[in-house]
Amino acid sequence: MSTKGVIYRVAGPVVTATGISPRMYDVVHVGKEGLMGEVIKIVGDYSIIQVYEDTSGVKPGEPVTNTGLPLVAELGPGLLTSVYDGIQRPLPVLRDKMGDYIFRGVSAPGLDREKKWDFKPTVKNGDEVEAGQAIGTVKEGSMVHKIMIPPGFKKGKIKNISAGMHTVEDAIAEVDGQEVSMMQKWPVREARPVKEKFQPDIPLITGQRVLDTMFPLAKGGASAIPGAFGTGKTVTQQSLAKYSNAEIVVYIGCGERGNEMTEVLTEFPELVDPTTGESLMNRTVLIANTSNMPVAAREASVYTGITIAEYFRDMGYDVSLMADSTSRWAEAMREISSRLEEMPGEEGFPAYLAGRLSEFYERACRAKALSGEVGSVSVIGAVSPPGGDLSEPVTQNTLRIVRVFWALDTKLRERRHFPAINWLTSYSMYDKQLSDWYKKNVAEDFPMLKAWAMQVLQKESELQEIVQMVGSDSLPDEQKLVLEVAKMIREIFLQQNAYHPIDAYCPANRQYVMLSLIKKYSDLAANALAGGVQVDKIAYLPVRQRFNQAKYEENVDAELEAVSKDMDAQFAGLGA
Amino acid sequence: MAKAAVSKEYKTVSQIAGPLVFVKKTEPVGYQEMVTVRLSDGSIKRGQVLDTSDEVVVIQIFEGTTGIDRQASVRFLGDTMKMPVSREMLGRVLTGAGEPLDGGARIVPEKELDIVGAAINPWARDSPADFIQTGISTIDGMNTLVRGQKLPIFSGSGLPHNEIALQIARQAKVLGENEEFAVVFIALGITNEEKQMFMKEFERTGALKNAVVFLNLADDPAVERIVTPRLGLTTAEYMAFELGMQVLVIMTDITNYCEALRQVGAAREEVPGRRGYPGYMYTDLAQLYERAGRIKGKKGSITQIPILSMPSDDITHPIPDLSGYITEGQIVLSRELHRNGIYPPVNVSSSLSRLMNSGVGKGKTREDHKAVSDQLYASYAEGKDLRGLVAIVGKDSLSAKDRKFLDFADLFEDRVVRQGIDEDRSIERTLEISWEILKELDIDQLTRIDRKYIEKYLQK
Repeated sequence: MSTKGVIYRVAGPVVTATGISPRMYDVVHVGKEGLMGEVIKIVGDYSIIQVYEDTSGVKPGEPVTNTGLPLVAELGPGLLTSVYDGIQRPLPVLRDKMGDYIFRGVSAPGLDREKKWDFKPTVKNGDEVEAGQAIGTVKEGSMVHKIMIPPGFKKGKIKNISAGMHTVEDAIAEVDGQEVSMMQKWPVREARPVKEKFQPDIPLITGQRVLDTMFPLAKGGASAIPGAFGTGKTVTQQSLAKYSNAEIVVYIGCGERGNEMTEVLTEFPELVDPTTGESLMNRTVLIANTSNMPVAAREASVYTGITIAEYFRDMGYDVSLMADSTSRWAEAMREISSRLEEMPGEEGFPAYLAGRLSEFYERACRAKALSGEVGSVSVIGAVSPPGGDLSEPVTQNTLRIVRVFWALDTKLRERRHFPAINWLTSYSMYDKQLSDWYKKNVAEDFPMLKAWAMQVLQKESELQEIVQMVGSDSLPDEQKLVLEVAKMIREIFLQQNAYHPIDAYCPANRQYVMLSLIKKYSDLAANALAGGVQVDKIAYLPVRQRFNQAKYEENVDAELEAVSKDMDAQFAGLGA
Repeated sequence: MAKAAVSKEYKTVSQIAGPLVFVKKTEPVGYQEMVTVRLSDGSIKRGQVLDTSDEVVVIQIFEGTTGIDRQASVRFLGDTMKMPVSREMLGRVLTGAGEPLDGGARIVPEKELDIVGAAINPWARDSPADFIQTGISTIDGMNTLVRGQKLPIFSGSGLPHNEIALQIARQAKVLGENEEFAVVFIALGITNEEKQMFMKEFERTGALKNAVVFLNLADDPAVERIVTPRLGLTTAEYMAFELGMQVLVIMTDITNYCEALRQVGAAREEVPGRRGYPGYMYTDLAQLYERAGRIKGKKGSITQIPILSMPSDDITHPIPDLSGYITEGQIVLSRELHRNGIYPPVNVSSSLSRLMNSGVGKGKTREDHKAVSDQLYASYAEGKDLRGLVAIVGKDSLSAKDRKFLDFADLFEDRVVRQGIDEDRSIERTLEISWEILKELDIDQLTRIDRKYIEKYLQK
């Protein structure tokens, strides 16, 4: 399949070659050092190649080899705990090979070719199997890694299935005359096939009150977190990676800070997963293509990431994929597009920006895989709008596709309100779909409670406008009470400390308890007001202080019960 | 490269446009290869290959194309741009192209390094840690700089960012153990006057002995301005990761650098991005800023303080905006404070050091550091809010408590923010001053500080 040609022209990461007659998106090796690249345009005999590595010193006339294959991800045992660059080269291996810096022309396979895995078949010779079906398992840490027949295989009887220690390349079985190994290769720019996509109706529980209660994301859904720099996108993304109830986490550091990736790389292995007691890293795949690494590899990184996520979905797992940041990805597209001298669209972005974004987000879904298992890929994409201006093309095109919008807000950050997610501008369109789940699994009145809280917050924002003009003293007592209750919702419920050992994760049930306690306070207070008690007295009840602190206590649930009792007692005291 | 020896001279210049020279029909030339151009009067200019193909090679000339005609002869040197580096560079002043400017001898290189630094493998990076003392309270106390961090100063025209840059260059040190500390000072597009000031200051204060200074002047060609920071950072990398020094890189003014990028981009007829700046400006800036850091198993570190003036004080302008997305926080200067005669006019409310937590506390600075900083932030914010209110309702209608916050804000600006241009405050001194002004608040207003620190440090 491979053909050889020569370089005609070099201009930055864009190289033109002749004589290779490739197909679009074939991977080619460029120059004497064999730099990896991808064909992105064909004009007559000229093939235009985006090269994933630095091209300094590369000359016209140097050889180009076409591999005849598109950019693929290697999928199989060994993915978990891996740390890759944008084109799935394992960073630890690169460091062993070439030291502390990433130089070019070094390749390393995504999956370790030497390592042996203990394959346990779940089917017997003679069983009929089809594409996508699991034929055995491998234990990868505490996770069960299912070995599946790659998509595209014909239905057939299984032969020579071989249990025991194998490398990822060994033949472990044969179907219809074709060998099956534990490694699959899948072109990253293509979505992996599924049998059927479902309406997402199960929430991805994140342990973040403002997200789970107010703006929930469904498993298999997509959400966007736009925010100016310093509003806490990365902290929110990392909290989600740490605490969401997805079984597998794929974290893509796309064009972000090197030191931030270092933080992720040092923190994730230390974090203990509350459900398994193991390091979070054991169920994580990290992709780190920092801002100064080659821009073409940055462009590829989100595809590499989502392909890996889909592979785990096909085993029946719930996967959450964080992309930080999709704006950097879009900028990579823009850079390459401008080198190709394509006609620019809005703000210099290529006209196909919207198309690429929707193709990517559409790969999020909850689905029945070819194997019959049900799994999901939820995508959480950070957007870094220039100047915090949400009207820019990347944010706008993203919002047209995703159904959840978590708006980070500079003003809230300045007030040290974290997570700085604005409750008035954020939204989740999964609200209705998920309310049945919440009714069944948390509490019947949960959706109502939440609607009440949103109303109070909305009312507060209206009242604030008046307060700013005439001061709060001129408000009637009922409205002052609304302000007090809204303050409780904001300070007790919405604010959450991502660094506090207890408060960092709040289970759905506790979210319900906290919110119903605020409601209870509101109801008792309204009664007291009706009974002639002054609002100041209500606002200064000592229980407020205890309630404020309760979420940080070791025995938080018991403490919340105590708060409830105190509330009864203290309001009774007022009435007397 | 043996090939360089046989390199021919070409007299096939076909087109000259802006800083670019087009040469026809050459032997294969490498992308980014260095070039010399000999003019008809015998003078030599240097350049670099921007685009290379069988038919035509595009060369960007560093010194500008003035005087080049179609008879000029072009020689390709067969190699990309290298920076000669050596320990002897400490104490030297160089031009933006790396040539001696101080009348001293040429640098005898110990090594020649590629100026486009390769990216540090994220796996090889070590987390930034350990405090760097700049001697400026608003930075050390409240926006602590940490080894391996990149913390820019966002300024505006007419604000004293160059004075601050010099003060930091002079005072910065790492605490504790026997560490070698060095400053790489990179001036980009500064005026001749500023150059005189820099040179005089470096000599007056003796800060030069631990520093390498690169001076690219406002009338130097734009293309050189793009190269200067890379020369400086290559030097810094050599000193940090091969000689094991703690290196602080100060770059001023990044805005001039970005203007040069835009100018060169336009000359190349590239498709412009936001406000005419090239679409790759984020990546380009990242290639500078991301050279800060620490590497596992290496003793040295590179810390960066890039300084940029925000055009019309607009923090959403592409230059500060893209910088803010790459750097780990920012120090913002305030025109209001400057007008009130406060130096350094640091606006702490909008400043932030994202890595502060890994550089402060027990064993690094002092146990109460974080709490004191939080308290200062909170109380100052409270006081500033009240200033707005006072403007409407008058001071008399404030409660006694509020009046304390109001006074605190003034006190804070006067005692903590304001300091002399030669005043080098240790972190202990900064904390001491902080406690002295916190004393003016009631104890129950100190909500961010643990009781035990209050008992220990608050002098009644």
